[in-house]
Parts: sequence; structure tokens; C-alpha cells
Amino acid sequence: MSITTTPEISIDALRAGDRAEFARMVDVHSALIYRLGLKMLGNPQDAEDVLQNTFLNALMHLSSFEGRSSVSTWLYRIASNEALMMLRKKQPVSIEDMQAEDSEDGLIPAIFTDWSALPESELLAGESKSAIDAAIARLPEQLKIVFILRDIEGVSIKETAEILSLTETNVKTRLLRARMALREQLSVYYGERMPRKEKND
Amino acid sequence: MTDHLHDNCKALLGSLSEYIDGELPSDLCREIEKHLEGCDNCRVVLNTTKRTIDLVHITPEEQTVPDDVRERLFKRLKLDDYLNPQP
Repeated sequence: MSITTTPEISIDALRAGDRAEFARMVDVHSALIYRLGLKMLGNPQDAEDVLQNTFLNALMHLSSFEGRSSVSTWLYRIASNEALMMLRKKQPVSIEDMQAEDSEDGLIPAIFTDWSALPESELLAGESKSAIDAAIARLPEQLKIVFILRDIEGVSIKETAEILSLTETNVKTRLLRARMALREQLSVYYGERMPRKEKND
Repeated sequence: MTDHLHDNCKALLGSLSEYIDGELPSDLCREIEKHLEGCDNCRVVLNTTKRTIDLVHITPEEQTVPDDVRERLFKRLKLDDYLNPQP
């Protein structure tokens, strides 16, 4: 799935100080960066800071951008670093985060309630959307950022790896852990909303 | 909890993401499907994981940056002149 819209942003024009092209780049990439900030930090004010700092940073470092990665990869890398830095200022890295990569905990499912057949209208009804967002917010930061880029934004494994300076294997491992951890949380939430007879205890 | 999971289940879980994303070779897919036929728990984990991914899609109101946020961004970047045409 492509995450950028055509026509491609011209790096040459950006470097030459073409402000209209810079404005176009801002419009093409703002929504993803704002959503990333919102999902990573959980509030609109911080998301706006991520958004502004990302483009200020890009503006400042435009001359050193060599074009080895695409403009989107470059911008999302700045945005991811910005979001992670702000998150760490607010909440220092937890032990859970440090173990996110190695721990088997999140990988072993413990809840086997089959809520997958519930209709989407029910799965997204009322406060369910907030419950999903809260579940994403609770993911350890290193899993959360991979999950947001890959599963919410549809960025490829390869580009996610480039954005986060990880190997593709690393991205796949973190994605699996993120998905399993989220599945577990949603299983608790929807499990409580299932008709009792359908519970698979 | 691990009494629910046999070695085959653990192997499946390790490949679950790639299976869902259609990135596994067909012989491995067949092996997984054979296991799934006889394993209720793995089937539930697969279905609920797929559903989990389905549910996090971007909503229409998340498709764009709110107007006031965009305006403040353009002003901060001194791009006020370009505030008007939004693609």
C-alpha cells in the first residue's frame, strides 16, 4: 500500500528553497505525522508539537538530506524520533519496554474467547473505539511505534525498518508482539461483552 | 496457561503475523492450515488477531489534520502564503 500521494515531492526543488514545494510536502505528509503523534502521545497538544517540530527540523536539515531515502521515510524518521523523545521525557523507559523485544510474555496467548464473529458495528460501538485507542496507548513504546506505522498507516515492513533504523526481522518480531499484546487486551474487553454462553472458558 | 499450547502451537504463533500478511511460502501455509483444523485455540488466536488488525483502520475524521492545527503549522513554518490550496 502506498503511503504517499503523487506527484512525488521534488528534492531538488526543496533544496533550492522552493517554498511552494515545501508547503506541498507539508500537506502531503501532515496527516500521517499528526496521527502518529496522537497515537504515540495520546493528546492533541503533544501531537501538534510533534507535527511542528518535525517540519521545523526538516527545514533545518534540508541541506544535509542526501536523498538516499525517500522524502516520506526521512520525514517519518524525524517524526518517530520526535515522538519517542517526547514520550521519554514524559515517562522514562519502563522495564516492560526494555523487555519488549526479548520477553516471551506478550507472545503466549492466555485468553481464548472468540469474539471475532461479533459484527463490526458492535465492535466499534460506543466507547469501543476509545477502548481500542487506550489499548494501543498501553503498548510498550517500541512495539507501539511499529504497530502504528505498519498496521495503522500501512507502511511496508521495509520502510518501517528504514524509518526506525531496525532490521526487517526486528520489525517483524515487534509487530508480532504488538499484535499479540493488543489481541490479548481486546480479548479481555470484548470477552466481557460476549453473551455468556458463547464464552470459551 | 502453557498447557493450552503444544510445540506446534508455539511454532504457529511465531509465524502468525507473516501468515496473516500472506508472506509465507505455500508449503508452510498448508502446514499451518492443517494444524488450525485440529486446534481450536490457535484458530481463535488467528481470527481474533486478524480482527484486531481490521479494527484499527484510520477513521474518516483522522484522514486530515484539523484546520486550526494546519493553520498554526503553516504560520510556524512561515508558509502563510501557501495556506490556501489544500490538496
